[in-house]
Amino acid sequence: MPDATGLELIAREVRERVADDAVVGATLAHGQAMLEVRPETIVNVLSYLKHDAAEPFDFLASLHGCDYLPEEPRLGVHYQLLNRVRVERLGVKVRTTVEEPEIPSVVDLYLGANFQKRKVFDFFGVIFTGHPDLRRTHMPEDYEGHPQRRDFPIGGEPVLFTFNEHEGPYRDA
Amino acid sequence: MPDPVTGDEVTGDGSQVTGLGATRADSNGAPNPLDTPYRQREESISLSRMEAPISGTQVEQESELFTINMGPHHPATHGVLRLLLTLDGEMVREMLPIIGYVHTGIEKSCEDQSYWKVIPFVERMDYLSYYFNAMAYCTAVETLLEEEVPPRAQYLRVIHMELNRIASHLFWLGTSILDLGAMSMIFYALREREIILDLFEMSSGQRLHPRYFQVGGVMEDIPPGFEGKVREFLTIMPERLDQYEALLDRNEIFLQRMKGVAVVSREDLLGLGVTGPLLRATGDPWDLRKAAPYSSYDHFDFKIPVGTVGDHYDRYRVRMAEMRESLHIIEQALDGLPEGPWITDNRKIALPPRHELATSMEATIHHFKLVTEGFRVAPGEVYSAIESPRGELGCYVLADGSSKPARVHIRDPSFSNLQSLKLMGEGSLIADLIASIAMLDPILGGIDR
Amino acid sequence: MEITRSGNGAPGDFRASQLRARQMLRGDIEDTELEEYVQSRLLVTTFEKAQSWARSNALFPLGFGLACCAIEMITTLAGPRSDLSRFGAEVTRASPRQADLLILSGRISVKMAPVIRRIYDQMLEPKWVISMGACASSAGMFNNYALVAGADKFLPVDVFVPGCPPRPEALNYAVIKLQDKIQGHPDMGWRQRYGAEGTEEVA
Repeated sequence: MPDATGLELIAREVRERVADDAVVGATLAHGQAMLEVRPETIVNVLSYLKHDAAEPFDFLASLHGCDYLPEEPRLGVHYQLLNRVRVERLGVKVRTTVEEPEIPSVVDLYLGANFQKRKVFDFFGVIFTGHPDLRRTHMPEDYEGHPQRRDFPIGGEPVLFTFNEHEGPYRDA
Repeated sequence: MPDPVTGDEVTGDGSQVTGLGATRADSNGAPNPLDTPYRQREESISLSRMEAPISGTQVEQESELFTINMGPHHPATHGVLRLLLTLDGEMVREMLPIIGYVHTGIEKSCEDQSYWKVIPFVERMDYLSYYFNAMAYCTAVETLLEEEVPPRAQYLRVIHMELNRIASHLFWLGTSILDLGAMSMIFYALREREIILDLFEMSSGQRLHPRYFQVGGVMEDIPPGFEGKVREFLTIMPERLDQYEALLDRNEIFLQRMKGVAVVSREDLLGLGVTGPLLRATGDPWDLRKAAPYSSYDHFDFKIPVGTVGDHYDRYRVRMAEMRESLHIIEQALDGLPEGPWITDNRKIALPPRHELATSMEATIHHFKLVTEGFRVAPGEVYSAIESPRGELGCYVLADGSSKPARVHIRDPSFSNLQSLKLMGEGSLIADLIASIAMLDPILGGIDR
Repeated sequence: MEITRSGNGAPGDFRASQLRARQMLRGDIEDTELEEYVQSRLLVTTFEKAQSWARSNALFPLGFGLACCAIEMITTLAGPRSDLSRFGAEVTRASPRQADLLILSGRISVKMAPVIRRIYDQMLEPKWVISMGACASSAGMFNNYALVAGADKFLPVDVFVPGCPPRPEALNYAVIKLQDKIQGHPDMGWRQRYGAEGTEEVA
């Protein structure tokens, strides 16, 4: 993992190359480096990290979403990058709100992001502008709602004991 | 010398010069197919033969694209994978995978359970490599807690994970060769898998999905006869692997279906985020056990098998060689198994041993807190990755200070590997597509979570 | 069905019965002896019993696996140690039109339920369903939005097998119970023991 100075260097380079206010925060916790950037600049940041950085992070290990309720902005998308030469991982995080959940898509940079972005759209409702085919992956295509948001009810049936066995099988929201 | 039946001249290299050639020319003057040697003739169809397959008749050439659904219930898709194929004759022109038919909402359910209870949920994702799922999650939580795993537990984890790797590759071998048509492999592969499942039952009581890995170590020490049985398995397994290779390696049909088929380049795979035996078959020696060693894998000496060309035969060979390397690792782990505790001593995370509950009040309180509420984890987020039989299995845990995780996400290798099916499948025949799905080794439980 | 064997297996018995059969064919046995001879070799049953005996011992399972229970199902059906072909269920058909036993092995998600119903409808009568595992019988441990809580919400199920995943021996036991049910004397379990027959709910 890049250590503290390495992370500081990366954050500074990103600020210089991309935009002054691109980097919102850089944290190093439990030996793992996490860089938080603003959503509009994500394409430039990732393309800098992939092509122009001194040690390029050219492998996208994982792209996943996260719901930070009750903190605002709520929805987060994490890009987990890997530098195979030095075996260093860097997490890049962007956060948006539920009302305007648009993030530019980096499918041209990392082809493997295709399915993973669709999955984030399916479960969190984050819309990736510029994605060639943004459909739901896991839920049926006409499903309403985004299941993995924290205010979506977990669903399922209540377990029937003797005190509630006369209720219907469907749990209220 | 003349062939006794037809009077033809038979030359030394097997080609025939027919004595009847001059009298049997095609009616439209095309070169006589019998002039070329048999093997060469069967390998390709010349254009003239396509245009007039039966001499004397004219057949129209029509090509029409036909979309068919290789549905979720299919004997050869490994699980409930649905493919929408657009076919031109037998050639696949376009392929669209549709997943989600076994989506279980595991990640959302995990947010409702305490950290200890998440382990059985996470185990059921990639249901052939259950120890790996639990290991990825436990490693992530241990990183969040900054907890040390005792060395005996690390070695025990390595032994169980490598046994699971062999079991997973054996099941892959049986079912994928069954898809190709050779039915006997599955019986042999399952025979060895039964021995491994007996070993798992010996150590934890369950064949599949044992909750053996816990946060901080393993649930219980191995019983006294375990090591003997594992060594017995290690002595018989190499010759069984030789038997499997003897069945397949010189089988003409198998080689023709595997060699040179579905070659995908390394750059394409890296762009898609594919790891595991698929990437190693193209020649890239990327293995997280060597690159970023976890759980004392750096104490063991083993090789990483890589392929050269990147076709199906290399993928098959890489997995067979990985099984042998796993046997080597297990042997080294058994030889060097250290004494000591099998789970961390920190009573705030691991249950105290039962004999202490009768004497110590503190132990009873710890037990009560752990079983009812579970341990709390300070806020933070962590991504940790291990090498599962299919590739990089990563786990992301977001903790918010309570006793339940706020987000658990598993980066499943089959989900990324599935995107390479398009590269392997488009432009190939349906039979090659079946072989591609088989060699890709997708596990739909991991893809769909 | 009861099949009794005459004689006690002593060495000369087979030769003796051969000679007796030859005598019968030549017409050498008369009257009451002939009646006794024929009765001891006759199997009397109703047509339904014979038909259900044949059906139960020649089940054609559909090759249908959903999730982790499918691994144990394959180990049971095709595995070398526990082999379902001992009970006649050897031929696993790929097409639902040719199969008569549907073993639902694995979790049934909301997207897959209509597919399973369609496959069940395509099977021809008579057909039976074994719901294998906890996830197919109820939702198992996954009580959430994504699963249908039990296959009996949209299919009639004959045998439920608990376990996560059930051992191969458990699936064998389930097939034996199904065979009993097909032959007309289903094992009512605790209802039989406590005299509570007739209290089943039919949904």
